[in-house]
Amino acid sequence: MAYEMIRGSELSLQKFGWNFLTGTVWDPVADVYGAFPYIFGTVTSSFLAMLLALPLSIGIAIFLSELAPQWIERPVSFMVELLAAIPSIVYGLWGIFVLVPWLRTSVEPFLINHLGDLPFFQGAPYGFGMLAAGIILAIMILPIISSISRDVLRAIPNSLREAALALGATRWEATKIILADGKSGILGAALLGLGRAVGETMAVTMVIGNRAEISASLLDPGHSMASVIANEFAEATTELYSSSLIEIALILFAVTIILNVIARLIVWSITKKFKTT
Amino acid sequence: MKNIDFKKYNWRKIKSSTMTTLSIMSVVIAVIPLFLIFFYTLAQGISSLNVDFFIHMPKPVGETGGGMANALMGTAILIGLGCLFGLPISIFAGIYLAEYGNNPFGQIVRFFTDVLSGVPSIVIGVVAYILVVVPMKQYSALAGGVALGILMIPTATRTTEEMIKLVPQSYREAALAIGIPQWKATLRIILPTALKGIMTGVLLAIARAAGETAPLIFTALGNRFWSTDIGHPMASLTVFIYDYAKAPFEDWNRQAWGAAFVLIVLIFIVNITFRFVTRGRYGDHQN
Repeated sequence: MAYEMIRGSELSLQKFGWNFLTGTVWDPVADVYGAFPYIFGTVTSSFLAMLLALPLSIGIAIFLSELAPQWIERPVSFMVELLAAIPSIVYGLWGIFVLVPWLRTSVEPFLINHLGDLPFFQGAPYGFGMLAAGIILAIMILPIISSISRDVLRAIPNSLREAALALGATRWEATKIILADGKSGILGAALLGLGRAVGETMAVTMVIGNRAEISASLLDPGHSMASVIANEFAEATTELYSSSLIEIALILFAVTIILNVIARLIVWSITKKFKTT
Repeated sequence: MKNIDFKKYNWRKIKSSTMTTLSIMSVVIAVIPLFLIFFYTLAQGISSLNVDFFIHMPKPVGETGGGMANALMGTAILIGLGCLFGLPISIFAGIYLAEYGNNPFGQIVRFFTDVLSGVPSIVIGVVAYILVVVPMKQYSALAGGVALGILMIPTATRTTEEMIKLVPQSYREAALAIGIPQWKATLRIILPTALKGIMTGVLLAIARAAGETAPLIFTALGNRFWSTDIGHPMASLTVFIYDYAKAPFEDWNRQAWGAAFVLIVLIFIVNITFRFVTRGRYGDHQN
């Protein structure tokens, strides 16, 4: 797969070289392509998603593995996993018709009025934009991060919990000890979620606004690597155009592979460590 | 006896219950969108579903009414093609991993299937484009099928492996003890026992593929007409949702919700069945 993609993107690789990564102009008419706005968009939206999803996911994982009795834990984990099974196009649909209007009419005006001095919240409340993409992504990666973190926390032997509680630790203090052990596993789960966020296409395409601009404001429309491929691939007219898009796919592929390999190695090593002991 | 420092103790207790509350809060926050999405789609979807939706073709732009018969057919064909390309590989790989995979090579295969499941579907679409669309010089259902097939491999492989591993070890030992060669034991004893589980695993992979849009946009492309020719562009439910959701016509938006509803119901049924089958037979194996 990698070979085919490298072959497909040869043309743009030769023409633009490393400048492809930093070029900010994407102009199919002039046949000049630079991927930086897309890379920027992907990084921002994924980062935003992680910011929103990570604390929540850890909370869920703690709840499911440490606190909840079985009769709550089972249906809740099931529901969280169902969240992962909804196709991304449905998230996108929901994003367009529910999330975006809500953001436009209530959340974004509020942010502009109260936090408008920050560079993140300037501009007009379009609804479509980085913020919407970040929220949708956060909802989508939440199930992955929380269910893997839960598995990691569960793998930690019970004797550790019992020992902590027996020494008079409160529940939270015992949980902190568990978390210290599960740290790297949660990191792995987070990286897996990040990998999914980076590659997520449809939901993001539908709410991000699709404008190749770099703006500090989260309310402005943006673009991401995956969404530019989805939008323009079928319409790529010149060979250089489609080979540039293939190069973006190649970058995406490389990034997600790296993220996944690291994450899987971490998760594997931690669950193995505790299983054998 | 030493006095307990009650101030400190209370503080620790407060901290503990605060964190507990926070953790419960996060569950509540996370489950809310599920309900919102699910019930909103239910409400919007049911009202827009009618018999027309299933048996009629899309009407020309601007007219109301019409359905997605061609998209339903298209999705079915695309999934069929995907199964054709993806399933044989996955099932054999799964059997291999479960029965003979306890060695470094098996570990590597397992690792790469896991990694493959993390590759964005749009990238797989691009690969299918390069492999099929470019040589054929035409968008086609075949290319979409290849993309879906590749997407199915990780899920199908891993569930097949899990299901075969669920078959009690004693079956294997009994089969080998009466002198059956291992391949025959695998084929005639283990596979039939695990068949039900494998079938649901396959269904799970199908459900995943049915919900995919990104790799279809530039492989199967979409088609407003009835087509069963796999050499040509073909409609699919998900691409229809994508097109209709962006369209400015209210009637189209309504139909997008209808299609989303069909998709969600399909996927939920499969997932719940899977859950039921895997739990009912050999107990909870997952953890």
